Amino acid sequence: MVSGTAPRDGGPPDAERDGDAMADELKQHSPEPDGSGVMTRRRFLSLAQMVGAGAAAVAAGVLPLESLVSAEGGQPGGAETKVKHDWVMVIDQRKCDGCKKCTEACQKMHYLTGDQQWIRVYETESAAGQKSFLPRPCMMCENPPCLRVCPVGATFQDDEGMVLIDQNRCIGCRMCLAACPYEGRTFNWNDPPQPPTAVAAKGTPEYPVPQVKGTAGKCVFCVHNLRAGKLPACVDTCSMNALYVGDRKTDLASNREETVKLSAFLKENNAYRLKEELNTQPRVYYIPGHGELLEY
Amino acid sequence: MTHPNSAAIREAALRPLDGAGAGFWALLTGLSLITAWGLAAWGYQLVHGLHVTGLSDRIFWGTYETNLVTFIGLSYGGAVVSAILRLTGAEWRSPITRLAEATALVTLLIGAVFPVIHLGRPERLWEMFTRPNLSSPLVWDLIAVMTYLFATMVFLYLPLIPDLAAAREEYAARGGPRWRVRLYDRLSLGWSDAPQQKRLLEWGVGVMSVLIIPLAVTVHSVLSWAFALTVREGWHSTIYAPYFVIAALYSGVAAVVLVVAAFRRAYRLQSFIETRHFRYLGFLMLTLGLTYLYFTFSEYLTEGYANTRASVEVLGLLLQYRFAPLFWSFVVGGVLLPVALVAVPRTRTAAGVTSAAALVVAAMWLKRFLIVVPAEALSLMPGGLAAYRPSWVEVSITIGAAAAIPLLLMLFFRIFPVLAVWEMEHGGVQGVPARGDD
Repeated sequence: MVSGTAPRDGGPPDAERDGDAMADELKQHSPEPDGSGVMTRRRFLSLAQMVGAGAAAVAAGVLPLESLVSAEGGQPGGAETKVKHDWVMVIDQRKCDGCKKCTEACQKMHYLTGDQQWIRVYETESAAGQKSFLPRPCMMCENPPCLRVCPVGATFQDDEGMVLIDQNRCIGCRMCLAACPYEGRTFNWNDPPQPPTAVAAKGTPEYPVPQVKGTAGKCVFCVHNLRAGKLPACVDTCSMNALYVGDRKTDLASNREETVKLSAFLKENNAYRLKEELNTQPRVYYIPGHGELLEY
Repeated sequence: MTHPNSAAIREAALRPLDGAGAGFWALLTGLSLITAWGLAAWGYQLVHGLHVTGLSDRIFWGTYETNLVTFIGLSYGGAVVSAILRLTGAEWRSPITRLAEATALVTLLIGAVFPVIHLGRPERLWEMFTRPNLSSPLVWDLIAVMTYLFATMVFLYLPLIPDLAAAREEYAARGGPRWRVRLYDRLSLGWSDAPQQKRLLEWGVGVMSVLIIPLAVTVHSVLSWAFALTVREGWHSTIYAPYFVIAALYSGVAAVVLVVAAFRRAYRLQSFIETRHFRYLGFLMLTLGLTYLYFTFSEYLTEGYANTRASVEVLGLLLQYRFAPLFWSFVVGGVLLPVALVAVPRTRTAAGVTSAAALVVAAMWLKRFLIVVPAEALSLMPGGLAAYRPSWVEVSITIGAAAAIPLLLMLFFRIFPVLAVWEMEHGGVQGVPARGDD
């Protein structure tokens, strides 16, 4: 049985609590940059919201998740002016200590079994014998092999390029597990853990909780959190602040602590992507390293 | 070439339709029980879900996909014996065409169930018809298998029409069971051996003989692409489509040999199906077996010589480590031994060729397993080998499906004539103007 208590922030959506949290954040938000060059997370997220006119509905946050998601495309005055985000993730391997708290937070958020690791932490060793950790969420490929092979179109890309699964359509053929070069997909072989009914009665592609037996699942970048101006569960839990979520539109990326200019951050730190040669165009960037920034 | 006379052919073809012996009922009961056990296992899986299999996120395809490729592959014998030999005017084939075509239909029907068995949500299969994603190889599979299945039925049915008319006359004369007279009457579509009907039938069979070959090639090509179109080492290979087609032809001819041997004995057809039939089928098998070995060698040499890490790992698994006993069993038991049995004149007998065919059918299941599983066992990400052991559910369903093939054939040939009477009497329907017996 998965614990019923929701995490402080970025936890399973809870309409009232989220609304309050969001209102507090908006109240405290100062329009002026704080001048330090490093913006606070709250600042980044508010910026990200303000980019889109859809922000009004999102920021209101008082709507239950399902209506919030369905309102995305059609809120009054929002349809034409809505600016789409271009979400990416940045994983700083200089900081990752392989604690796997991200995996646990993700499993708690999505009510997964212990085997289902939507963000999986691999350990690698270089030729020089240096160990490093490689957390692997869904790569959210711009050119996703899993999407092409799905016989019923259950895997789709939403208007922001997020690769999502409609588990009410998936027939469970596992062709996507065969196609994903990153082993990013899990399958619900058995009955998935059930959340308390207050959390979610029925999953959506954005917040697929509970999982559906006999269908495929994978990391969804916690799109429901992003749209509510919150960090994905893994990013929000990483005690080393090694995980960032970013938006290539605003060119900002944020971990729990700081906000950086995405393009410069990637460039200065020699960011790379996994299996570039496959032309999948992943949305996940890695900063190479082997834990040298652990003491920071 | 001497054909026994018409009366003998008719007698031999129609006699087995009634009067089943104790042996028939015993075998039928045994096979039914095994098939029922397989169905029960499937029911158990439907109720409990796919976790009753030995599959995992790493090895997500296993026994069912192996069965799917294997059983559909067995149906290729029908295409070769009936279509290719028919088009090339090989007269010797006529006593075994009906057996070959029925084998094709039955194995295909069984094979086509596995795509459903393997699904996590089989009740949503209809979505592949209502909202197909045409860029998915699995949709191509569905279209190809359905088309091939339909063509196989037509191909079996057309030359059966005159024989059903003969059966109708026979049973009408005897006043024999009403249901048989009715059934044969309905299905023979008023066949009266008129020249016009004969011309039409020859045209139809000729067209189907030509059509069924590309259709068969399509099916195993697209099946191979479900694997080859991924980026997995061991699957991602340009040779896969023809490699799968040759495998299917090889095992398909072997399946025909087994069915022919069984019915020849049970229905006492030795005067029609002679040792030379086994010899000819044996030669076909030998050629296809060596071709398959050549493809295998070419594939692994190309992969292995490049010496990339991934290819070395896959080949190591197959040739040296975990799967090596299975792989070398396939090479020896599935190709070298059967080829030797056919090549050596002393063993080139009905029994020798039949033993060779039995080895081929079993070993080709193994080979398909070795295509499906080892490529998954290796991790695409940093990580170790994954393990897979088929569960009792998978084993039961597999054995049940295997038993269903002879079961359905036994039932089929209780109702339909085992010899292609009309073809044998008329020197064959060939799609080209019929020739007389040589």
